[in-house]
Amino acid sequence: MTRRWLWPALILAMLVAGVLGVGIGSTSIAPGRALAALAGHGDPIERAILIELRLPRAILGLAVGAMLGLAGAALQGYLRNPLAEPSVLGASNGAALGAVVALYFGIAEWNAVALPVLAIAGALVTLAALFALAGRSESPLTLILAGIAVATLTGAGISLALNLSPNPFAAMEIMTWLLGSLEDRSFRHVLLALPCIAIGIVLLAGQGRALDALTLGEDGAAALGIDLRATRMRLMLGVAIGVGGAVAVSGAIGFVGLIVPHLVRPLTDRSPSAVLWPSALAGAALLALADVAVRVIPATNELKLGVVTAFLGVPVFLVHLMRERRLW
Amino acid sequence: MVSIAADRVSVSLGGRHVVREVSAALTPGRLVGVLGPNGAGKSTLVRALLGLVPHHGNVTIDGIARTAMSRAAIAQAVAYLPQGQVLHWPLTVARLVALGRLPHLAPFSRLADSDHAAIDHAMARAGVTSLADRLATELSGGERARVLLARALAVEAPALIADEPLASLDPAHQIEGMELLRAEADAGRLVVAVLHDLTLAARFCDRVLVMAEGALVADGAPRHVLTAELLARVYGITAYFGEGATPMLVPLDRLR
Repeated sequence: MTRRWLWPALILAMLVAGVLGVGIGSTSIAPGRALAALAGHGDPIERAILIELRLPRAILGLAVGAMLGLAGAALQGYLRNPLAEPSVLGASNGAALGAVVALYFGIAEWNAVALPVLAIAGALVTLAALFALAGRSESPLTLILAGIAVATLTGAGISLALNLSPNPFAAMEIMTWLLGSLEDRSFRHVLLALPCIAIGIVLLAGQGRALDALTLGEDGAAALGIDLRATRMRLMLGVAIGVGGAVAVSGAIGFVGLIVPHLVRPLTDRSPSAVLWPSALAGAALLALADVAVRVIPATNELKLGVVTAFLGVPVFLVHLMRERRLW
Repeated sequence: MVSIAADRVSVSLGGRHVVREVSAALTPGRLVGVLGPNGAGKSTLVRALLGLVPHHGNVTIDGIARTAMSRAAIAQAVAYLPQGQVLHWPLTVARLVALGRLPHLAPFSRLADSDHAAIDHAMARAGVTSLADRLATELSGGERARVLLARALAVEAPALIADEPLASLDPAHQIEGMELLRAEADAGRLVVAVLHDLTLAARFCDRVLVMAEGALVADGAPRHVLTAELLARVYGITAYFGEGATPMLVPLDRLR
């Protein structure tokens, strides 16, 4: 049975993460003044910091985290593989390649949204390649293999851009973007990413029953009335559009999609459908909190979000896995 | 009540003819055993009936071409228990059996009281009620086989196709399993079971389909079909035929 406190706890964690995301930053603003600024009659500079800098960042942290958590849960369920994560279908790498192209050719300097737009285009191109490679088969294995092929190829494209970059600064800029961050994101980024993420969430969250039926294998699921082809189509579209949109604004943020379903699963009845929404909520809370941590941890350069999630995530993940496997 | 008819069904897998032109009309209220040596095409035939494998020839369910039916409609008409199922997540037994209700659930709805009743009933009949809260992945082979049978029964479909439902069951549970399938058939359902135990097949089935090398070589009541000559030809064995009220068929030696 899903623990009764799970949903309220996750929603509370999400709200707390959201409030902290708006409340905490390099400039300290007292809660009273912050409320006044948000209500529209406070210091205009504080108001600008809160609404134009911190609010979009907090929204993106929650949305990107939710998308990564949900995509991880859906893919683990579909592929019946606890190692699956949002990047297995190549959408993350495709989006990253789009962004790298924007940086490499200097397109990113023309307009602040040029980079995310190209990144989304990159994700869609990898999706088309995935369809071409695995479009007709019904087997999840074909999808993994096609995903690995596409991810490796786009990864090679990123390496090529680094290899050919005209000067160290250009290479540095690309590397920095690839580390993943939500720094200096505006409402234009929110407007670009949110529709993609919303489509992704709707497509993936609706697959619960099909994923449950797949617990019995493909024949078992088909005999329970599941249209495997349609399931796969929705999954591919959901991951490519949703994760593509998320990576387009945040850069590559690893481990959230892998870890979150594992953290949530023991608190549910362990069926793939029961893990979906809690993974989205937990992913949102986790990434938004990590983004607050990035701002609080003192460092000469602001730490990148992808670095922090990996450092926080791996030990937590290991401890958790050891406990689950009863090794400790 | 559902009847299933196969008209010259053939399946080729990787260039090999696994099932060759099998025709059979399966009618409600019957327990039909599918017999034959390993690799004779029994599992492939039942998968073809359900449309789980590409095939030539036609399959009709209640007179309607199966290809014209949606997956959901087929799932409501025919429950299927695959052979040697692997469970991919450590679900509890109750949760696993509940999967059998998926074909009946309307979108965005939870299990209704009638669904819970069907789940409890199926678990009681397969004798796994006491296992309800155990993890299905941690059961013994025999317990798991009964849980999976309960999952198929929970569909409450008018037809049930079970692929080796008796595998890894002890003698008592094998008999119990056959009694269960017999009761399903007596309640008016069509039950098709892939079996290996000749005595149990002879004792409980109304009709047996015997397959060899993909072809249907015999079809009829067990006592007419299961002869020394057929066992020699299909399985390459001799057998002891017991005389008496309950048929008995004990394989003795290989013919070489």
